[in-house]
Amino acid sequence: MTEVLSEQVGRGSHSGALLEVEDLHVEFRTRAGVAKAVNGVTYSVDAGETLAVLGESGSGKSVTAQTIMGILDMPPGKITGGEIRFRGVDLLKLPEDQRRKIRGEGISMVFQDALSALNPVFPVGWQIAEMFRMHRGTSRAEARKKAIELMDRVRIPAAKDRVNDFPHQFSGGMRQRIMIAMAIALDPEILIADEPTTALDVTVQAQIMGLLAELQRDSNMGLILITHDLGVVADVADKIAVMYGGRIVENAPVHDLYKNPAHPYSKGLLESIPRVDHKGQELYAIKGLPPNLLEMPTGCAFHPRCPYRRDNCVTDVPPLYAISGTRGSACHYWREVIDEGER
Amino acid sequence: MKANAESILEVRDLVKHFPLTQGIVVKRQIGAIKAVDGVSFDLHRGETLGIVGESGCGKSTLAKLLMALERPTSGAVRIHGRDITTARGAELKRMRRNIQMVMQDPYTSLNPRMTVGDIVGEPFEIHSDVVPKGGRRRRVQELLEVVGLNPDHINRYPHQFSGGQRQRIGIARGLALQPEIIICDEPVSALDVSIQAQVMNLLERLQNEFDLAYIFIAHDLSVVRHISDRVAVMYLGKIVELGSDAEIYDSPTHPYTQALLSAVPVPDPEGRETRQRIILQGDPPSPANPPSGCHFRTRCWKAQDICAEQTPALEARPGSDHPSACHFAEARDVVNAQ
Repeated sequence: MTEVLSEQVGRGSHSGALLEVEDLHVEFRTRAGVAKAVNGVTYSVDAGETLAVLGESGSGKSVTAQTIMGILDMPPGKITGGEIRFRGVDLLKLPEDQRRKIRGEGISMVFQDALSALNPVFPVGWQIAEMFRMHRGTSRAEARKKAIELMDRVRIPAAKDRVNDFPHQFSGGMRQRIMIAMAIALDPEILIADEPTTALDVTVQAQIMGLLAELQRDSNMGLILITHDLGVVADVADKIAVMYGGRIVENAPVHDLYKNPAHPYSKGLLESIPRVDHKGQELYAIKGLPPNLLEMPTGCAFHPRCPYRRDNCVTDVPPLYAISGTRGSACHYWREVIDEGER
Repeated sequence: MKANAESILEVRDLVKHFPLTQGIVVKRQIGAIKAVDGVSFDLHRGETLGIVGESGCGKSTLAKLLMALERPTSGAVRIHGRDITTARGAELKRMRRNIQMVMQDPYTSLNPRMTVGDIVGEPFEIHSDVVPKGGRRRRVQELLEVVGLNPDHINRYPHQFSGGQRQRIGIARGLALQPEIIICDEPVSALDVSIQAQVMNLLERLQNEFDLAYIFIAHDLSVVRHISDRVAVMYLGKIVELGSDAEIYDSPTHPYTQALLSAVPVPDPEGRETRQRIILQGDPPSPANPPSGCHFRTRCWKAQDICAEQTPALEARPGSDHPSACHFAEARDVVNAQ
C-alpha cells in the first residue's frame, strides 16, 4: 500500500480485526418493489484467516462482497445502513478516489466466471499488467515483466509464451488462475473469492483451492470464501458464516458447525447433501423454497420451512444469540437444535 | 432400485468423431474431435447407471447418441434388441417414445412462451396415439401431480416457477410418454443444495413407481454415488472403469478414478490436515489429438512405456472383479483414506 493510503487507513492503529462488516443493510429498488438483499450482516476477518460465507442463491452473500469491494451498482442498489471497517476506517465514508486505491491494493476479489470477468479483446498479460500501470504508474515494459512473474506464480505453464494470448485461448482452470494473478498483483491484505471453483471440474477445483491456500500462507492474506459447497468449506475454512435471506443465521468455527449445527437451516443443509464416502438412505430435503426478497416472511425468514417452528417464530425476528464467544445462532430455539445430538 | 438381469439398452463400440475442417470454399478434413471413442455398456430395467467425468470427456455427446439426436460414426445402440442408430422415420419416432431426456438447465430448456400444460402436453401432440385428444389435459394434470406440482398451475408460464419447480416440469415432460429409459443430463447441477435433495428424492420415487431405468450423467461424484446402482467413469471419450457403486467408490482400480475421487471435498472438517490427496497436474489433453495408448498416461503417476504403446482394454484385472482400463490397475480406497 502507498504511504498516503496507510495514513488514511491508519495502519496498525486500531484494535479490531483487519476487516469488519457491521450491521450492513443493502436493498435494491426494482419496479416490482424493494428487495432487501442484505439485512444486518456482521462478520470479520483477520490476517491469515479464512472465513467461509455459505449460502444459497439470493441469500445476499455476493451482494455483501460487492459492497465491501465498492463495486455494487448504485442504483438500483442502495446501502441503507451499517459500516465496513478496513483497519478501523469506515470504507463507506471514504471518497471514491480513496476507495479505488484500496480496491486491488487493500482488498481484492476473484470472480466466479473468469470468462466473463476477463476482457475478451485484450491479451491476459496486458490485463494483469494494467494493475501495475494504473495503481503504481509502472512503465509498460516493467509491468509486462511483472505480469509474467505473476503468471509463473499462479503456475501457468510457459508463462512467457502465453502472456500475449487472449482469454479464450485458455482453459477454465487457467483462466481462473489469471483472475487470481490479477487479484494478488498488488499484494492485497484481504482476498474475496466469490465461488472461485463453481464452474470447474473437481480435479481442477482441487488445484485452484490448493493454489489459494498456498498464496494465503505465503502472504498471510485474510480470505473470504463465498460458496455454496459444503465440501469446499470443510476443507479450507477456519470459521463459517451461514447466510439465509440476507442475514447471518449461524456463525461458528468450522469444526463446531459440522459437528453440531445450532441453526435448523445449517442442520438441514448438512443433512441434505449426498456424500461421496458412503451411500446413505433417502436424502433429507428442506421443504419449500428460499424466501422471495420482495416479500420476506415476517419474523424469522426461515420459519415457513422450519421443523422447529413455534408461534413466536412467525412474529419475532430472532437476534443472533451468542452461544459462546465465537459462536452465534439466529434461532429462538437454538438450544433445542444443538441438544438434538452430535452428528 | 432393483437391477433385474434383463438388459433393455445395449451400447456396443459406440464412436462419434466430429470432423475438423479447413478451407472455406473447398473444405478438407484435417482431423477429428474424438468425442466418444469406443463405448460399450448395458443398462438393465429399473437400474440407474451413473456416468461421471470431467467436462469434455464426451458424457453429453454420449447422451445425444443414445437419443439418436446425433448419428454415430460407428457402433450400435440397441433398445430391446433394435438398433436406434440406423432407425429412420416412423420406426425412429416409435423408438424414441421409450427413451426420454431431462435436461441440465431448467431455465433454457423450457420454452418461455408456452404454458406448463403445453410444455408437458407437447409429447402427446407428436405421439398423438398415446392419449386421445380429449383426455390430454387431464393426463397432464396427473403428471404434474406425480412430480409434486399443483395441477391447478397448468396455465402458468415457466417464469412463474422457481428453478427446482422448473426441473420438475422437465421431469413431467420426460415422463409423459411412459418411457422405460430416462437420460438425465446433469439434472441437479443448476439447483441450490436444499432443492437438489428434493429433486433427487423425486427421481428415486419415480423410479420405484414406474420401474424406470436412468442414465444419470453428472460431474458431481457425491450426487452420482447417492443415486446410482452402477457407475461408469469416462475420460477422453472412453469408459476407463465400470462397476457397482461400492466397487467404484470403495475400491477403485483405475488411477483416474482414484484421482477424481480423492479430489472431491468431503463435507467434514475432521482430519482434513491428514487427508491424502492425489492432485492431477494440468488439464485433460484435447480430444482432437489424444495421447497414444492409454489416454490418461500424460497425467498418470503410474505411466510406463507400455502405456504409450498399448491401449489398455476395459476388462477385469487381477485382484478385482469389475472392469478397468489400466495396465497397472490396483484397488485403493481413496475416499476413506485418512
